[in-house]
Amino acid sequence: MVQIDKTTENDITTLSITGEVDASSSIQLDEALGEVVNHGAPGILIDCSGLSYISSAGLGVFMSYIEDIKTKNLRMALFGLNEKVKNVFDILGLDQLLTLVNTKEEALAVVNEA
Amino acid sequence: MLSKKGIIRIALILAVFSWLAMSLSDIIILFSRMSELVKPGIGHYFPDIFFILYALSLYVFYQYRIEAAHSSTFVDLLWKIFVTGLLTTVVSLLLKSLDFVMGNTSLLQNPVLIDSMFLIHLGLLPAFLISTFIVWKRLVLYQKTKLQIKAWTLFEYLLLVSLFSPFLPTVARAVVFYALILMGIFLSANMKWVAYLNFKQKWKSILLLILTQLYLAYFYMSLFDMRKTYEFLVVAQDSVFILSLLIFTGIYATFSLLVILFNLPTSSVFEQKLEEVVNFQRLSQSVQTEQSEKQVYEILLETSVRATKADAAWIEARVDEEDTVFRHNIGQDVIHNIKTYITSQKDHNPFDFAKTEKGLRPAKHLRKMKGVPFNSIVVLPITIAEEHLGMLVLLKELKEGFNKELLEITQTFVNQAGISIEGFRLMSEAIANERYKEELNIAKKVQSRLLPNVLDANDDFEITAFSAAADEVGGDYYDSFKINDDKVALIIGDVSGKGTSAAFHMSQMKGVFHGLAQLDLPPAEFLIRANRAISTSLDKTSFVTISYFVLDRTEKRVEFARAGHCPTLYFDHQQGKAAYFTNKGLGLGIVRNNSFANYVQPREFTYQPGDVLILYTDGITEAKNFKGEEFGYDRLAALVNDNARLDAPGLQQKIIAELYEFCGQTDLDDDYTTIIVKFK
Repeated sequence: MVQIDKTTENDITTLSITGEVDASSSIQLDEALGEVVNHGAPGILIDCSGLSYISSAGLGVFMSYIEDIKTKNLRMALFGLNEKVKNVFDILGLDQLLTLVNTKEEALAVVNEA
Repeated sequence: MLSKKGIIRIALILAVFSWLAMSLSDIIILFSRMSELVKPGIGHYFPDIFFILYALSLYVFYQYRIEAAHSSTFVDLLWKIFVTGLLTTVVSLLLKSLDFVMGNTSLLQNPVLIDSMFLIHLGLLPAFLISTFIVWKRLVLYQKTKLQIKAWTLFEYLLLVSLFSPFLPTVARAVVFYALILMGIFLSANMKWVAYLNFKQKWKSILLLILTQLYLAYFYMSLFDMRKTYEFLVVAQDSVFILSLLIFTGIYATFSLLVILFNLPTSSVFEQKLEEVVNFQRLSQSVQTEQSEKQVYEILLETSVRATKADAAWIEARVDEEDTVFRHNIGQDVIHNIKTYITSQKDHNPFDFAKTEKGLRPAKHLRKMKGVPFNSIVVLPITIAEEHLGMLVLLKELKEGFNKELLEITQTFVNQAGISIEGFRLMSEAIANERYKEELNIAKKVQSRLLPNVLDANDDFEITAFSAAADEVGGDYYDSFKINDDKVALIIGDVSGKGTSAAFHMSQMKGVFHGLAQLDLPPAEFLIRANRAISTSLDKTSFVTISYFVLDRTEKRVEFARAGHCPTLYFDHQQGKAAYFTNKGLGLGIVRNNSFANYVQPREFTYQPGDVLILYTDGITEAKNFKGEEFGYDRLAALVNDNARLDAPGLQQKIIAELYEFCGQTDLDDDYTTIIVKFK
């Protein structure tokens, strides 16, 4: 249901999520994100341009790493969210806790700041 | 109706009575003949008629007494014949020895005494013959066909006719006699029961049959000797009936004896085949008898060893996620040595072979191996549906000790074991599934009890709610609480996750709601405290979204705040337009510290009659049609716009009907809930 590709370049790891993240595929997302947060580069980009749907379980995965990212001083940005997916993040209020931007350039700018 | 026991008793009494009557009438006739002057008071045919009655009673008696034959009762049946024969012979011999002891005294020349002796024999012999006859009947008709039953019935009718032979003309007697002999030979060809005797039983049967024939010969001689010696005997019955019965029983006994004798050498093969079938059954039934996978392997090992007569064997398999070795007559160290030896050989490795391919292959690798007594080895893979479960290894001291037939039967055992194990796995899956369903049912019940039947209202507004859960238990929650006469608290929420954990979190949310609502808190404060209360009990990836409302009648005002729940839809009657509130908020449990307060934006508005407040869960806005389009916020707002004049239940029905029409199906994938508040 979901495909997650990981590329690392200059201290920045990019996870590209393609497909739908529901209760069952959220486990994959959790594994991938956990790997990056715990052992990866300090900069994390999440490419959501291929993400067509995310359920509350998927949101729960992002939510569960907010605290870790903060304590480890990592910088993470999500980009390329379609309107529907963006709306789901917004309604729950995650837009206030995560960095959601439109383009990869904006995301890179956010991550390279600091 | 008479019971079986009753019939047996009556037949026995009748037999005794008719024998006594026969003897009495016979002796009366004898007396009158001897004195010549006195005319017998009864007809000369009386003894013969009583004999017929005697024979018929005996037939009924044994017919009910001797049970149908089964493979396990054949020898018992022969034993019964033997015992009956022994008893009758012993009685007869005692009488004769009496005769011998007395010598040729004048007393024993008395025709009456001789006749009595004859009559006693005439009572004993039919008892033995008819009981044997019934046993033969059971054996002949074992695994019967229609033709055999017909032939046997004809045979019995002919015997019945022969009973009346003293009243038949000589020609008819001869015809009946020869017909009986021929039919007897024809029927004697039926001896399927012999095949089911094992080696030991065959020997027993041979012994019992020889003894039976001795009795038959003895009776034949003693009875017909008497008939020849003393011409004054009255009862003529011994001619056709007894003779043909004697001959038939004798023929069948001889045939059986010969067939058993010729079957002796091959009986071990038949026994082995039978054992294979039984073992097969054991393997296939192991699933039903609540045994474990482990036991299936144990049965497989045992049966394979027995079927192939292997000297040693072992099975390697994964049982309950653990590598397990089942051994027969072989030590762990020997197994290890053999495995190391074979893997060290350069040509085909049977252990690898077992893992990769199906089929069987005798290997001769052990011939050159020193230190083990085994000279042939065979490895059979145990698989189910391409999955490799393990392997069976059989060892023999003989060179090339496994022939094709033995391996084929072992292969079927292995296959059956695979099927049994697959059955186990399917069964445990089914059980787990059943448990899960049961859990879901409980969760559903819990969930439905958490939702109120009636929501609190006052005369300023009417309120109606509707909630439906999908197959799985979801986490939609709504509730109301009357804070005081003027104030009503209202909550709608959605707990993330499904199943029992959702139901559990929902019940916690209900507790939090009822605990905090009565404190009459402003909505923002309610959310902050609810977040604090529920965060501690949610797992890392779970959260709860809610919207909390306080409807105040005195000021015609609604205060509310949103914690990550879907934006509230409001229809303003004056403007004639429905719109979503855009205040921000954050789901409960996402930020689990005091900073949560920063994310709460409380709002308030005053209401007018005709205004409508529409609360819902994401099951409605995210419902999809077959094209994958969502029902969406705009469609919901437009629907409310067009139907706002309806009362609360009317609007609710409209929304539900529209939703189902949009989805084009009766089952929705998600839970959905609406609450309509219409102000008056």
